[in-house]
Amino acid sequence: MAAVTTSTERTLNKLAIAGVLIVTLIFLAPIYWIASTAFKPRNLSTTIPPTVVFTPEVSPFVKLFTKRSQLRSPPTPEEYAAAPWWERMVFDGGEKVVRDGKGNVQWSGYPSRFMNSLIVATISTILAVGMGTLTAYGFSRFKVKGEGDLLFFILSTRMLPPVVVAIPMFLMYRTFGLNDTHIGLIILYTAFNLSFSVWLMKGFMDEIPKEYEEAALVDGYTRMQAFFKVVLPEAATGIAATAVFCFITAWNEYAFALIMTNRRAQTAPPFIPSQVGSGLPDWTVIAAGTLLFLLPVAIFTFLLRNHLLRGVTFGAIRK
Amino acid sequence: MTSIELRDVQKYFGSLQVIKDMNLKIEDGEFIVLLGQSGCGKTTTLRAIAGLETIDTGDILIDGKPVQDLKCSDRDIAMVFQSFSLYPHMTVFENIAFPLRATRMSKTDTDRRVREIAQVLRITDLLDKRPSALSGGDMQRVAIGRALVRRPKAMLMDEPIGALDAKLREEMRAEIKRLHLKQGSTTIYVTHDQIEAMSLADRIVIMHEGRLQQVGSPTEVYSRPANLFVAQFVGSPVMNVAPVEVESSGGSIHVGVGGASRFEFPATLLAQLDTADVRTNELALGVRPEGVLVSRDEKNGYFPVEAHLIEPLGSYDIVDLRVGDQILRARTRSGYIERAGARVYARIDPSQTHFFDTSSGDSLGIRL
Ligand SMILES: Nc1ncnc2c1ncn2[C@@H]1O[C@H](COP(=O)(O)OP(=O)(O)OP(=O)(O)O)[C@@H](O)[C@H]1O
Ligand SMILES: [Mg+2]
Repeated sequence: MAAVTTSTERTLNKLAIAGVLIVTLIFLAPIYWIASTAFKPRNLSTTIPPTVVFTPEVSPFVKLFTKRSQLRSPPTPEEYAAAPWWERMVFDGGEKVVRDGKGNVQWSGYPSRFMNSLIVATISTILAVGMGTLTAYGFSRFKVKGEGDLLFFILSTRMLPPVVVAIPMFLMYRTFGLNDTHIGLIILYTAFNLSFSVWLMKGFMDEIPKEYEEAALVDGYTRMQAFFKVVLPEAATGIAATAVFCFITAWNEYAFALIMTNRRAQTAPPFIPSQVGSGLPDWTVIAAGTLLFLLPVAIFTFLLRNHLLRGVTFGAIRK
Repeated sequence: MTSIELRDVQKYFGSLQVIKDMNLKIEDGEFIVLLGQSGCGKTTTLRAIAGLETIDTGDILIDGKPVQDLKCSDRDIAMVFQSFSLYPHMTVFENIAFPLRATRMSKTDTDRRVREIAQVLRITDLLDKRPSALSGGDMQRVAIGRALVRRPKAMLMDEPIGALDAKLREEMRAEIKRLHLKQGSTTIYVTHDQIEAMSLADRIVIMHEGRLQQVGSPTEVYSRPANLFVAQFVGSPVMNVAPVEVESSGGSIHVGVGGASRFEFPATLLAQLDTADVRTNELALGVRPEGVLVSRDEKNGYFPVEAHLIEPLGSYDIVDLRVGDQILRARTRSGYIERAGARVYARIDPSQTHFFDTSSGDSLGIRL
């Protein structure tokens, strides 16, 4: 391109950049709010107008990970001096850390809920993407009787709003003993994501020329080997994109997690708002939990970003 | 040691019959070119031999053994696809080594074989590149390398150089010929370009609408076309074909073209026409442009005609002659006839003519 830019062009450019900046700020504001609240002292978390300048502290995270109870009387100076730094923060908040008979600190519910979220989202994503990829391959490469109808049927499972089936699902799960189990949630999220995964992967599979596999077949490979050695690497982009979408859906799912789980298999989304603290809601703890909850999706998406970008332009670079 | 035979092969796609009564025997080491227009079933035939397509009836034999029930991975045949289909996620080296990996060949042997073939194809310096970084000609070399590296029983090539530009095509043609002479593997090569077919083939197989039209050496196909389709498909510029009347008067034979002009032919034509037993209104004469002789001056046996159009083609000219209500295309030295519309004189060389029965399209096999 010629480097000749007129002054109007330059002004327009600046305006465009300013516009983008404003939009970015608007989008980042809630994230900033959560992040800053997660590091605020409790008394500053609900001030009006909001406190912007404060000394950040990690007490919300300490509270997030520990089980606490209300202090009836302030700790004795000896108790206070004997406590580690993080426990003093809890004392400062008028609470104390709960310990068992042997003096071990009791964890709060958060770490296990977080793990549940990870387990359920990861396994259901692997299942949904794996099955979706195979199904899409079948639809894309072989003559399937009633292909159009079947694909429509698969998509139609997404047409009902999930809430509509919540009660029947709940009753079914109770009958089969799947309530509050990891398996139960995994099955649910897999089923929920599968239709999406099949459709998305079918698009990607259709884009991969048949001749790649045919070349592999002629080169002495079986259909299975050709699938794993040629089709899968070619579909990596599509698989990454589908996996991110499925993971996000499963990770953020709230309604079913709330209905189907309460303790053992509960995931983070229904747990976090339930932790309104002892007494008044402690927004700093909720913000800390939310902030940590945002990380896995951000990391996962960041790791796959190259594939995602290619995924968006997939059709364009192929032909 | 590899012969391929097709026996009464039929192939349908739904109700569309794509291969009709195909019978063909290909000898060991032969270079066969399947020539035909787009959509005549060349690719389908090739894919059927490779095992990528099932046939409805008939037999495909490799070395005398039927292979219809054999998966393509067990047929030991290599194929070069029209689109090359190099695996984009692998380097050139990986691409060429890929068929060897299926045989679980040792790493050192694989390495040696790949480098050997790369040297033959002059792509050694490309081995670390990705296919997307290659030019069309190099991609084609890699595709051929991948096919050859396994030393397959037979090579199938589906318009391997159709996508290249004209100059590169000519170069690659020579290279493919050279490779074939060196490796000597039985090869079936598909193209719709008759020049490619002529220059490469031991035998040309001409297909039209799923049916074999003629099988023969390039000269045979060119100089003794079995029917009207072959006559007009092979050779450029195309052969003139015109309905004719044959008259005999006083021992000499005249062949009338376009109602007016009557060219003199040897007397043996009459006897040959009698044995051929063709109805007079279904007789057509075919002559290639080089069989139409043109003179600027009046000569014995030449008829006056009008030079209607001149196409200069560099090394020669093609002149459209108006002969009665027909057009005969003649080939002349370039610039021989200076302007369109000129009156010139023409004769048909009887030894270069072909006679066809227009109802069946078959050649009558008359040689003068
Ligand atoms: N999978 C298929 N399903 C249905 N019809 C097909 C299929 N493959 C090919 N055909 C049809 O069969 C006929 C022959 O196709 P084929 O590809 O063998 O032709 P071709 O001679 O290779 O042509 P080209 O020179 O264009 O490659 C065509 O009419 C084509 O439309
Ligand atoms: Mg073809």
